[in-house]
Formats: sequence, structure tokens, C-alpha cells
Amino acid sequence: MHIVCCVKQVPDTTQVKIDPETNTLIRSGVESICNPYDLVAAEVAVQLTERYGGKVTVISMGPPQAESALRECLALGAKEAILLSDRAFAGADTLATSYTLSQTISRIAAVNPVHLVICGKQAIDGDTAQTGPGIATRLGYSQFTYVSEVVSVDVENNTIKVKREIEGGSELIEGTLPALLTVELGLGIPRYASLPELARALRQDIEVWGAGEIGALPERLGLRGSPTSVHRIFAPPVREGGRVFDSTENTERAIEDFVEVFFEKESPLLEHLLSQDKG
Amino acid sequence: MKETFDVAIVGAGPAGVSAACILADAGIKTIVFERGEYPGAKNMSGGVVYGHDLAQIIPDYVDHKCPIERNIIESRIWYLSKEGGYSFGYRDSIFAAERKHNAFTVLRAKFDRWYAEQARKKGALIVPSTVAVDLLRNDKGGVVGVVTGREDGEVRAKVTLLADGINSPLAARAGFRVEPKPEEVALAVKEVIELPSEVIEQRFGVSNGDGVTIEILGEITGGMDGIATVYTNRNSLSLAIGANLADFATSKLRPYELLEAFKQHPLVVPLISGGQPREYIAHWLPEGGYDTIPALYGDGYLIAGDSAMMFNAMHREGSNLAMASGRMAAEAIIEAIGRGDCSRKGLANYGKRLAESYVLKDLKKYRRFGRFRYRHKEIFNEIPALASLAGREMLTVNGVSKKQKQKMIVKEVRRKMSILRIARLLWHSWRAVR
Repeated sequence: MHIVCCVKQVPDTTQVKIDPETNTLIRSGVESICNPYDLVAAEVAVQLTERYGGKVTVISMGPPQAESALRECLALGAKEAILLSDRAFAGADTLATSYTLSQTISRIAAVNPVHLVICGKQAIDGDTAQTGPGIATRLGYSQFTYVSEVVSVDVENNTIKVKREIEGGSELIEGTLPALLTVELGLGIPRYASLPELARALRQDIEVWGAGEIGALPERLGLRGSPTSVHRIFAPPVREGGRVFDSTENTERAIEDFVEVFFEKESPLLEHLLSQDKG
Repeated sequence: MKETFDVAIVGAGPAGVSAACILADAGIKTIVFERGEYPGAKNMSGGVVYGHDLAQIIPDYVDHKCPIERNIIESRIWYLSKEGGYSFGYRDSIFAAERKHNAFTVLRAKFDRWYAEQARKKGALIVPSTVAVDLLRNDKGGVVGVVTGREDGEVRAKVTLLADGINSPLAARAGFRVEPKPEEVALAVKEVIELPSEVIEQRFGVSNGDGVTIEILGEITGGMDGIATVYTNRNSLSLAIGANLADFATSKLRPYELLEAFKQHPLVVPLISGGQPREYIAHWLPEGGYDTIPALYGDGYLIAGDSAMMFNAMHREGSNLAMASGRMAAEAIIEAIGRGDCSRKGLANYGKRLAESYVLKDLKKYRRFGRFRYRHKEIFNEIPALASLAGREMLTVNGVSKKQKQKMIVKEVRRKMSILRIARLLWHSWRAVR
């Protein structure tokens, strides 16, 4: 079984802050990491090849530094890595990104047929969850989003059975291969690689492909191929704390104040209760 | 793992990476283990690197985009009381021209990463996020490799270089180094304060990416044997303050309280005002000096940098000693591997090289300096207060004659310190630095 895994390098959003004056991300000094969902995707892909045989190819679109995200996946046990790096790819939205990745996957599949594509559910920097479905649609693969368990894969009969999260529960569905999965965090824990695997990952040559290698149409790439643009990034307003009635000094007084405020002055809750009562 | 290496290095700081560069250049198969997510992730230093020692390893480091923050053209020394203090300094335009990059500031997280990348390009294998937990020994006790915390994590190597820093848990576990005593280490805290580049240049009177270092002694360390520093980076200042660990234990002062008080000092406030704190980190510094240096090599292993306690407390030099000792370790290893003898005898040239170099000569010269400071707490208590009193009184114009002021000052000095104590201090201070 040949699995292609799509990963993205993202800023460690636990460290990113938004400049309240300019509304832009303060990215200086923030480390780049492999998107945590994508690491799970790579781990799941490797586990599936351990279960059914085959190999994992991991691909990423990004600047040359994105190589380190690919190496993290190689350390987990992926066998090959391709970095899609070209100035023509820069500024891509999810539409252009999914076009670029799907072109890449068709090129890979032309040489070595692909059974499964696994993506993280979403990237932690944009949270759109659009790229995975975009790839599946373009490639005409069956798609399974928010997968919480891969029940079975049958390469001979070209079928896959997965469990996916839906509101209020989960559903068990079966479909045909080739398929694209987007996975939830709970699906796997990226392993702490063994030393030989890590050493291999650190030394392996990573192929770099540009627009030419994937036979892409220039007008559908990067900024040119991106009909959406970011209008504004802003931090949600800081919630102000409610009024505090301090009862440590004078309990009686605190309760009186509270009752006064709650029942007499500024209580939408009370009005609400009263209006319901009337109704 | 099955694969074996010529050299295993523990720690990708200045010592380990310097060695890795020299070894890789010589075609020696080298693996470097770093516990941080990347080299530099766990580091702290005042942040000064010396061009001379770096150039001996990477001669064209500037062309290779070494992340230099500011080229140091002036070194100031402050001697502070609680309210004020003295400021001395030496600035020289030579340091902006012919001797440019004699010393420069770096942010270690960036610098160490860059430095390790140079070693990687030369062919060394740098393995991050991997802790070396033990050493592999043969039946005679010689070191034959490293045990890491990863699965299949034993690596055999002809020589192991311990460059794992002041804590050096590995050297301690192997019995190669005794646990430093509290009075032999300093605990320092550092804060990086962000300020626009123009503001820094204005406040320190520099331009064109030049910078200043300030070393500060006096009452700021709460009577403990310690020092504070202010280093200029491109768009931030590194403020650090530290003191002897044994003094922290007796005084019950907390490092962050010391740092907060330091930031409130009237001489410091105008330098940092309006700045945004960006990083805070704490670390140990080896302060024991020459007499705490362990046996530097043995069968199959060597120790370099902070883990060998190589730190010149007098001149606040450490990264250069680490680089120089790492380089000399690598040179000794190349010879040993060439001769096929990696025993203690085969590696002995490391000790010889160090002894002949400035590294051990400087540390030997100041071997009494640490104890001197530790014993003479008046340097951090009475003397800065008296010195400030003298300065303040002599500069106050209030109709009192200078002669009378002088008398008052001398009386105050005599009241606080006996002649014998002053004489002893002078004698010991001479012995400590001569």
C-alpha cells in the first residue's frame, strides 16, 4: 500500500501573539513546528503500513525551512519526502494549495500508484480544514473527514472502512480506494523515534520539486491562483471581569450590594426571568 | 544502533560544535547529541562571543551569516551602591575598525543554531531532542560510546567528548567530575528586554550596529558575591544578574527579586525604560575556576567547556574558552585516531595543548579570584556604600570645606572597616589577580 501524507510547517501558535496596535501576528522569535494534526497523520500512515505493508511518502509545500517538518515525519518512519518549494507557490490560499498538492500527488501516483492520502484535520495557524477536501475533490478520491479510527483497509478489494466523528456521535462508513482521510488528534500519538530512524531522517536527501516538476498551470498557483485574501487578523477583545463582591471583610454588606445590583439595577437575567414569567 | 562513529559528542553548545567542525573538516565521522529541540534551545549566556576563537574554527564566519547582534566597541564597569554609583568605561574606535568583532553580542538561541548548522554542512551528524543518559564502558572502565534515551539508542564511538555544560550529569554519573560545591557555581537569571534599535543606539551613544557591554558590581547583588551585566543586542538588551549559589542559600534572597531590584536601580532605569520583557531564563555558571577543573581526559573520553568548569569569572569569558577547548580536544582526537591510540595516553595532547594556551594560563592566573570575592563580602556591602558616600559628599556644594568632608569620609570608613581589614582586603585582592 502506498500512502501519501501532506504536512505543513506552521508557527507554534501557542507562542504567537497578536500586536494589538497593528493587528498583525508577532512572528519574530516564534519557532516553526510541524502542524500537530499532520504529525498524527504521518504516524497513522506509518502505522497502517506496519499493519498492511507498503510505504509512506510525505510531501509539504513551503519555504526551504519546511524541510524540518518533513524530517520529523521521516523520523516517524516515512520512507520518502518531497518538498514543494518554488516562488510561484508563495501566497497560496487553500484553493491554490490543494491544486498544487493534488498535482503533486497525481505525479507521484503516475510512478507509484497511491492508495491513500492522509492529511491532518486542519492546520493550527489557519484552522480552515479546507485543503484536505480540496485535494480529494480534484483527484476524484473518496474522502473521509474527521476520521477517528481506521477500522480496515482492503487493498485487493479497493475498500476502506473508517469511523468518523459527527455531531452527537460517530459513524462507521465504508468507501472505495483511492481515498483521502483527514484525521483527528486522537487517532495516534506520534512516536518518539528510535535513534537509527532519527539518524536516517536527519541524513536523508529530500527532493525539492517546483512548478515545472508537477506540471502545474502558473495561473492556478500561489497568489495568482488564490481568489481569497486575508482582510484582517485581530485578537478577540479581552473579556473584562465581572464585578466582585468581596465578602472577606464584611459579608453582610457584600450580600446587600449583590442583591441590590442583581435585582434592582442592572440585571438582564432578572428581566429575562420576569418576561418569561409573564409569557 | 548498529552504525558506529569515530567520535560521539555530548552537547551542541560552543565547545561541542567547535570540536564537531574541526573533526568533520578532517573527515572524522562525528555524531553530536543535543538534548534541546535544537542547538541553543537550552542556552543562556550574557551573550558575548569572541571573534578570535570563532575565526580559528570558521575563519569567514561573517560571510557565512553568523548572527551577530552588535560589535562591542566599549566596555563599561559600574560600581554601584543602592542609590548611585561610579561608572568607568573604555571605548576605542579601533574596535569598530581594524579589530572589529573582537567581541560581539549574540542571542544564543540563534547563534548556537547557526553554529551547529555550520558543523552539519561540514558533515557532522547533529541529533537534537536526544538526551545522552549514560556512557558505554568496556570492562576496563574505558569509555566506548554513549547511551541515549531513545530506543536502540546505544552508539559506539572511538572517542567521546563531554561538552554537556555546567550541569554535566554525564560526567558526574561517570565519576569523571565531582559534583560542584554550592560556592563553586553561580546562579544567574537573565531577561531580554526589547527596544527599538534607534533607541538603543541613542541611549548607549553608538551607531552602525556597534554596541556596549556593562559589567556591574556592588550592592545590587544584595551583599552576595555576584555580578550583573547589561549587553546590547540589535533590538534588545540582555540584563543578567547572578550570585554565588552558597550565598543565595544563606541570604534566602530569590534570583527574580534580585533582577527586579536591579531593573529599578536609578542607573539602569533610563536604559531599559519603555522596553518590553521578551525572555526570562535562569542558569548556572561555573565559578570555581582553576582548582575545580576535573581530569580533562581519560581512556576514550575528554571533557571541554563549561562541563570542565572552564570559565574566567574575572573577565566574564566563557564561550571563547569553550570554543578553544573544543577545538583543542578535536585536534587531540584527530592525532589519537591517526595513531590508533584513543587511550588516556593517546589523548594526552589535549591536556598539553590546554596548558600551553591562554585557556589554562588565564584560569590559573585568577585561581584565587573566586575565593577572594566569596570571602570579602565588603566588596558587595560596605565598600560600594562608602564609595558612594565619598562621591556624593565631595560633589555636594553646601559651604562645608572639602577638608572637613574628607575627614568625615575617612572617619566613616574607619568606623565601618578596621585598618587591618582594609590591609587584608588589599593584599588578597592583589594576590587574586596578579
